[in-house]
Amino acid sequence: MAALVALGALAALLPLFLVLGYVVREGLGAIDLAFFTRDPAPVGQPGGGVRSAIVGTLIIDLMASVIGVTVGVGAGLLLSEYGHHPMAPVVRLVGDVLGGMPAIIMGLVAYQLVVRPMRRFSALAGSVALGFLMIPIVTRSTESALALVPRELREAGMALGLPRWRVIVSVVLPAARDGIVTGALLALARVAGEAAPLLLTAFGNPYLSFDPTRPMDSLPLRLFVYAISPFQEWHAQAWAASLLLVLMILATTLAARWVIRQRI
Amino acid sequence: MAIPAKAALEAESAAVLVEQAFGAEAADTAAPTLAMEARNVSVYYGQRRALTDVSLGIPARRVTALIGPSGCGKTTFLRVLNRMHDLTRTARVEGTVLLNGEDIYGPRVDPIAIRRRVGMVFQKPVVFPTMNIFDNVAVGLRLAGERRRVVLHEAVERALRQAALWDEVKDRLTAPGLALSGGQQQRLAIARALAVSPEVLLMDEPTSAIDPVGTQRIEDLIAELKHSVTIVIVTHNMQQAARVSDYVGFFLMGELVEFDETERLFSNPRDPRTEAYITGRFG
Repeated sequence: MAALVALGALAALLPLFLVLGYVVREGLGAIDLAFFTRDPAPVGQPGGGVRSAIVGTLIIDLMASVIGVTVGVGAGLLLSEYGHHPMAPVVRLVGDVLGGMPAIIMGLVAYQLVVRPMRRFSALAGSVALGFLMIPIVTRSTESALALVPRELREAGMALGLPRWRVIVSVVLPAARDGIVTGALLALARVAGEAAPLLLTAFGNPYLSFDPTRPMDSLPLRLFVYAISPFQEWHAQAWAASLLLVLMILATTLAARWVIRQRI
Repeated sequence: MAIPAKAALEAESAAVLVEQAFGAEAADTAAPTLAMEARNVSVYYGQRRALTDVSLGIPARRVTALIGPSGCGKTTFLRVLNRMHDLTRTARVEGTVLLNGEDIYGPRVDPIAIRRRVGMVFQKPVVFPTMNIFDNVAVGLRLAGERRRVVLHEAVERALRQAALWDEVKDRLTAPGLALSGGQQQRLAIARALAVSPEVLLMDEPTSAIDPVGTQRIEDLIAELKHSVTIVIVTHNMQQAARVSDYVGFFLMGELVEFDETERLFSNPRDPRTEAYITGRFG
């Protein structure tokens, strides 16, 4: 029995190691200093990098997290702490529908909501698309993290003569902090690799840009463009970009875990 | 002029209740003032009635123990006294509960204000996991708006001394509350409840999750505390009720069977069901 379980576990982990191993093998060779310090070079010109995409990814993901975590934690709070609120069933339904939505549809939604009124592609539109994708994940993880907070903690807070919102903000939320942070990171990791929602929103930009109201580059976008191109050098850069993306997500997760541990 | 008249009325109603509870002679000799008074209290969970028509006076600055077998309604009654049933959607409370003469279920009463005056300690020690020892005690005052450090420090030290925990934690007030032992955690929870200076302290089986040494300390603490605060304690342990309380109420199947001075109830119970329970024939 134990052997079967071990075998199953191995079978489940195998794809992970295969993917990681392959990305490292193919990507490591193309990474040099210029990869981080230079912007993309035109075809045929050697020595380009992905600086603009790295910066763009950080900016877009940060703005997406602000949207996704704020709305998601709020919705999770409503579902967990005010489950009998008349809005709760609506929020739950919307959350479920949103969770099943293909990523590219979210890009179209952001296109309608942001790109058309602004009359141009922008990093902001990309962040809205990614943020919407994060909302259902954050909502669900927040709700279950709050459900794990013991009833006694809430009651002890109420028994001190504190208003309900006070107990939630100062007792319940801090007690569920680790679960909420972990959920937010999972959501970020999930959307940070998405290229589809960015195609019609952030659009991509071979030059370094810090302006959220204009098109911006992003690693998944750059990866997509390079991967579907017929050029050998671009393929190598696409592998390198995927390795970098994996490492960035890993680093974020580890850093946040470290922060949590410091504060306990 | 209105105030003395009201006070006289209260004293009179208290005396009447004492008379009912203890007989005429007790009213003459003891006549304790009542901190709280329940009149015809019933509690329903949905359609099910968990407590039936309980009337009971809780003498001020005394320890009142509520005993009875599991599911008899003693905890249900305790939670009536600080409106904790408000938090359970299916629960409904009928009847009148007076706190110093004021009906805490009255139409214009804020349950939050009531809970500030009637504190509660739970069966499982509750430590707020992200707070250190100091913050665990100060939380009630701080979140009620107290910002002055001096006031907070004084209140925390007073509460920890009252809870007989000061000497053990005074050098590590910034350590996490969860670093304390089970018995210490329960005294920390008591200190937290005391820090907001409640008039009444409700204790729901406060020692059932604590080892014998910790239990001993908490029982000593109760004896000390009753000089400054009225205590109502739910316990399934009859020896504990006999040791710590001045008055005992015996609950059975949602009814208050008997209420009397502790010594009298244990030595000379009037109801045969009380006798059967305290002599260990059931429960």
